[in-house]
Amino acid sequence: MTQLALVIDLNVCVGCHACVTSCKQWNTSGWAGPMVDENPYDADPTGTFFNRVQTFEVGSYPNTETVHFPKSCLHCEDPPCVPVCPTGASYKREDNGVVLVDYDKCIGCKYCSWACPYGVRELDAQQKVMKKCTLCIDRITDQSLPEAERKPACVLACPTSARLYGDVHDPDSEVSIAIRERGGYALMPEWGTQPANHYLPRQKNRMHITEDDLQRVDNPLKKEDLTVYHGEETLEDVTW
Amino acid sequence: MHPAFSVIFLTTLLGAGQGLFLALVTGQVYSRIHLIEAQSSDYYLFGSLIAFALLLTGLVSSFFHLGRPERAWRTATKWRTSWLSREVIVLPLLMVLVATFGLIHWMGWTQPFVVAGEDALPVDASLLVGVFGALVAFALFVATAMIYASVKFLQEWASPLTVFNFTFFGLASGFMLAAAYSAFLGNDLVTFFGTWAVIFTAIAFLSRGASLLRNRRIKYRSNLKTAIGVRHQGIAQTSQGFSAGSFNTREFFHHRGPRTLTMVRSLFMVLVFPVPVLLIGLAYVTKSPNLPILAFLIQYLGLVAERWYFFAEAQHPQNLYYQRVS
Repeated sequence: MTQLALVIDLNVCVGCHACVTSCKQWNTSGWAGPMVDENPYDADPTGTFFNRVQTFEVGSYPNTETVHFPKSCLHCEDPPCVPVCPTGASYKREDNGVVLVDYDKCIGCKYCSWACPYGVRELDAQQKVMKKCTLCIDRITDQSLPEAERKPACVLACPTSARLYGDVHDPDSEVSIAIRERGGYALMPEWGTQPANHYLPRQKNRMHITEDDLQRVDNPLKKEDLTVYHGEETLEDVTW
Repeated sequence: MHPAFSVIFLTTLLGAGQGLFLALVTGQVYSRIHLIEAQSSDYYLFGSLIAFALLLTGLVSSFFHLGRPERAWRTATKWRTSWLSREVIVLPLLMVLVATFGLIHWMGWTQPFVVAGEDALPVDASLLVGVFGALVAFALFVATAMIYASVKFLQEWASPLTVFNFTFFGLASGFMLAAAYSAFLGNDLVTFFGTWAVIFTAIAFLSRGASLLRNRRIKYRSNLKTAIGVRHQGIAQTSQGFSAGSFNTREFFHHRGPRTLTMVRSLFMVLVFPVPVLLIGLAYVTKSPNLPILAFLIQYLGLVAERWYFFAEAQHPQNLYYQRVS
């Protein structure tokens, strides 16, 4: 069975919010309907987003690292939001594992948002229905698009390629390889929701220079030199 | 969590309605087996009307919590998995049974079908509907409480104590209301219902006290380390990604200081438990017709505060992601 998901590389996310804006643009003008913004120019603006980039500081000054952390619906393998829905509006697609909301069935009771430990569902203030990341279901299943473009808007927009997209159940997919080889992990594993989206941890890229690296031990050319010399000018005279 | 008054009134009014119906059925069973004196049909008719009105008000109140109330009929479809759906089915069923119970008494269909023993237990239609209704009322307590108790990562709620609390608060306030109703009519059942109300209030005190103690020492399973998957002692959020409010900042936090919380807790601990018990005791001594009514009103007010605290106290792990604006 296919389980589509995003894998986010925390090594290269620079927190530019390109994924956030492209997500908003694509989804607000598409299948999901408008993602309403209220009081955009007032003191207390509020709006609906499927994707947010948050920033965390790890460590204590001056030894700190800034972690930009994009978060959207993780499309859990065992999504707690689905069974609690009293109308069946929240559902997980059988064919590709994407968790979606049927906006025509949703009654806006907010129970699914309580049941999601990640806080990735947002009630649309005007339409009064629950909204969430669709993994751009209308893009990724659109057969009329060239295959390279059948990806979520956030993945296409990311300037640093921090977002990988694919089937995490296919062991040979780009995302499965990245998870396997680079220690991809899920968020809040303690709740057993088994998120399909994974994150690739920061890697330490530190150079270790030892004394030996700085000292010239021997001339490799001299060592390998098997020529018999008869008083003529040698390579030695050039290199010393 | 954000305490919504629609849900506070829904749960407290339903509880009192269920409790009152259970009190009426208990009273009827006791009178049928000649332990207390029999009441007129009007007593049960108006009693079940009050219970029905409470259930109906609770149901109406629940609609204010919905974004799209016109689609509420859909909520009954997923009873296999959702406790909310189960509640939506059990509540109207109970309302039908309460209404039938009142109708039977109104129409006087109380001729016994069978009489067990020498007039020891006459079985009539109202007794059958009453006992079945009592079972449904308990099922509704479980369904309502499990909506909260089944959300496992809201650790304050995820406990059998939640179900006990909802049940015993409902029973206490319902029997208190039955005592108030009897006092208003001036009949002899005030002591009977008042005693049960005090017993249920005492059990509710133990149960709620236990959950308060439990919640005080909860060790939260989620923290910033598991939330973002970075293993480091010193993690602090510097930005939640936007600078103003959102659904996430409004729905999952009570937006009051810790002092308000402590105050509301002290308030409900006084209003729900000692004051009504004291008033019922005084009513017993003075034979006052007003004190039981006052006892119910004060306890109900306390229960509204208790339910507010119940929501405000719960810490949702999603708040880990929404701590800092920059």
